[in-house]
Amino acid sequence: MMSPQVEIQLIAAVTAAACSLVGTFLVLRRMAMMSDAISHSILLGIVVAFLAVGDLASPWLVLGAAVTGVLTVALVETLHRTRLVKEDAAIGLVFPALFSLGVILLARHAGAVHLDTDVVLLGELAFAPFDRFAPGGTDLGPRSLWMAGGVLLLDAAALALFFKELKLATFDAGLAATLGFAPALIHYGLMSLVSVTAVASFDAVGLVLVVALMVGPPAAAHLLTDRLPRLLGLAVLMGAASAVGGYWLARWLDVSIAGAMAATVGFVFLLALLLAPQRGLVAAARRRATQRLEFALAMLAIHVAQHECGPDAGDECRADRVHLHLHWEPDFSEAVLRAAEQRRLLRREDGLVRLDEAGRDLARGALTR
Amino acid sequence: MSWNDVAAFWSDYTLRTVAAGAAVIGATAGVLGVFAQLRRQSLFGDAVSHAALPGIALVFLLTGSKEPAALVAGAAVTGWLGALCVTGIVRSSRVPADSALGLVLSVFFGVGLMLLTWIQRRPDASQAGLDRFLFGQAATLLTADVATMAVLGGGAVLVLILLWKEFKLLSFDPAFAALLGLPVRRLDILLTGLLVAAVVAGLQAVGVVLMSAMLVAPAAAARQWTDRLAPMAALAALFGAAAGVGGAVASSLTARTPTGPAIVLAATAIVMASLLLAPRRGLLAGVWRRWRRRRDLRLHAVLLDLHALAGQHGDPTAAPHAAAVLRAMAAGGSVRRSLRELADRGWAADAGDDLWTITADGRGEAARFLAAHAADGRPEAAP
Repeated sequence: MMSPQVEIQLIAAVTAAACSLVGTFLVLRRMAMMSDAISHSILLGIVVAFLAVGDLASPWLVLGAAVTGVLTVALVETLHRTRLVKEDAAIGLVFPALFSLGVILLARHAGAVHLDTDVVLLGELAFAPFDRFAPGGTDLGPRSLWMAGGVLLLDAAALALFFKELKLATFDAGLAATLGFAPALIHYGLMSLVSVTAVASFDAVGLVLVVALMVGPPAAAHLLTDRLPRLLGLAVLMGAASAVGGYWLARWLDVSIAGAMAATVGFVFLLALLLAPQRGLVAAARRRATQRLEFALAMLAIHVAQHECGPDAGDECRADRVHLHLHWEPDFSEAVLRAAEQRRLLRREDGLVRLDEAGRDLARGALTR
Repeated sequence: MSWNDVAAFWSDYTLRTVAAGAAVIGATAGVLGVFAQLRRQSLFGDAVSHAALPGIALVFLLTGSKEPAALVAGAAVTGWLGALCVTGIVRSSRVPADSALGLVLSVFFGVGLMLLTWIQRRPDASQAGLDRFLFGQAATLLTADVATMAVLGGGAVLVLILLWKEFKLLSFDPAFAALLGLPVRRLDILLTGLLVAAVVAGLQAVGVVLMSAMLVAPAAAARQWTDRLAPMAALAALFGAAAGVGGAVASSLTARTPTGPAIVLAATAIVMASLLLAPRRGLLAGVWRRWRRRRDLRLHAVLLDLHALAGQHGDPTAAPHAAAVLRAMAAGGSVRRSLRELADRGWAADAGDDLWTITADGRGEAARFLAAHAADGRPEAAP
């Protein structure tokens, strides 16, 4: 018997893992906004299915909602294929319309549906442990956990089975089509997975978080690696970590769990953006600074090599005037000189710069390269 | 409901306010949406509107004010920040635009939700009134709110008109704009700022979740009717205003219908009508065009057969030919119907007994058609 606290974190982590798994392919296929579209429009499916079945726990609800998700994708593509609107506009037309229908239906049947717009946006993770899955009277844990776990298994199984096909269709759709892999079938298969995952997750964590979990961890993981299996693993890990971290943030501040998880996803992405070993902004800035210094050292060496035996060496090679000839800021010039001295490229003697052997090699190498 | 009720509603102060507000929002979003569409930033508004939520909550948290102008200012600041984040992420990393949009919208919105729940918890303040920013509540609009929207939206449109030429160039050909020495980066930021203004102006009535649709739908509808930018913007403004008024009125007339979704559905209806009915690009126009082309092809096939038969006789117009022969030559379709339609056009004549002759006009048309299509589909002649 787990405590509700642990159960909530488990539900969140499993949900996050499932979302990140399918989300990775959305991000790679540049269809991230489809997660936004699908997660919004499944509301209509849920409401319609509920009005038809009258039971929020019914599996028909999940099916109905998943069908709306796939319908959204089909509508977007149909609209795009008329060539009357661009694809992003098609997305922006379809899902607000379906979502609006859902919200209006929900508002008009507010008495009948035990769902309100807050739940739709925020989810009700805090209450998830109260809804137990107890077939035949034996308590087997919260229903959401079973749901999320089932979807995670489904996603993992489908991705494992069709990994090769998905990979090829994602990175080279043309080749996939040529080899007879039916990209359309793969596309709709993936979209069905996304829909089912969104439905299962939205119940627990709300639709905004679905988008955050589908897009954030994969985008962050993509900054860290180029290999698909590692990307999937990292995305799942980061998703689950964000979910658990978000839970504790929410507990600490006593605020919406879904909101805090989305914020944590953002934080994790920001960390990856800044600190990724090769693609991170910090690494890039340091690389640029290094390159700038290396280039400046070579420039300085070449300049001094050209002038040190010439008639104007007294002016051109004066340590405090070099920056004028190279069009540098004085501070930068001083820094470069100091770095060059450290590397024993040159010496300063009587205010004049004299190249050492290493410096002369550098100049020669740079010129003949 | 009788017409009296409707008349009473139109003289209703609240409804007039609501309709005016919705019209301002729709028109502003329509005009700016045209530029967003042109720059392929249709979903940009989605990120901006979601990113506005933490701004609203922050202003309320810090000042305790529910003054619409203050809340809208907060929304503008974080909305703009969200927009900058999207462009910044795209420019500085390998993350593609769609992922950046999804990330920014969900993360900012998540932070907004955190702040809202934080506010909810405080004993001294209820967040009532902030909720309406999620889905919009046009019914609660006051004249002051509408004034805020009008100033914001009108200001944005005014700047757009003043810098029309520059923005037009920026949107169609940024490289050329840069070549001409226009400050492209600054113009880009300014245009994004105008977009943000249009979005936050509408938040109160349409809501954070759906405001992006107001940028997309009127522009997409207007695109179908014209290829020229200025008429397109004017039309988008008109469509946006119509959707705003229509949705707001429908929402006030029916109980428990939130305004934002109603306005979005009205805008969607306008888009669907435009997609179907637009004169040149519209789907129905396309069907009509295809039908006419097919009919012309069918008629000309029979006419050319008749022409070929006639060419084998001394006096081409004198000798009549049996419809049965033409049917044998035809690839398909109803030959008799085609012959009758040819006769209606004066290209063939009924000689009775199921016999038909080609007229002088018909020979002329056949010759013209053959000349016009002389180069089509003919295999290259062997030497």
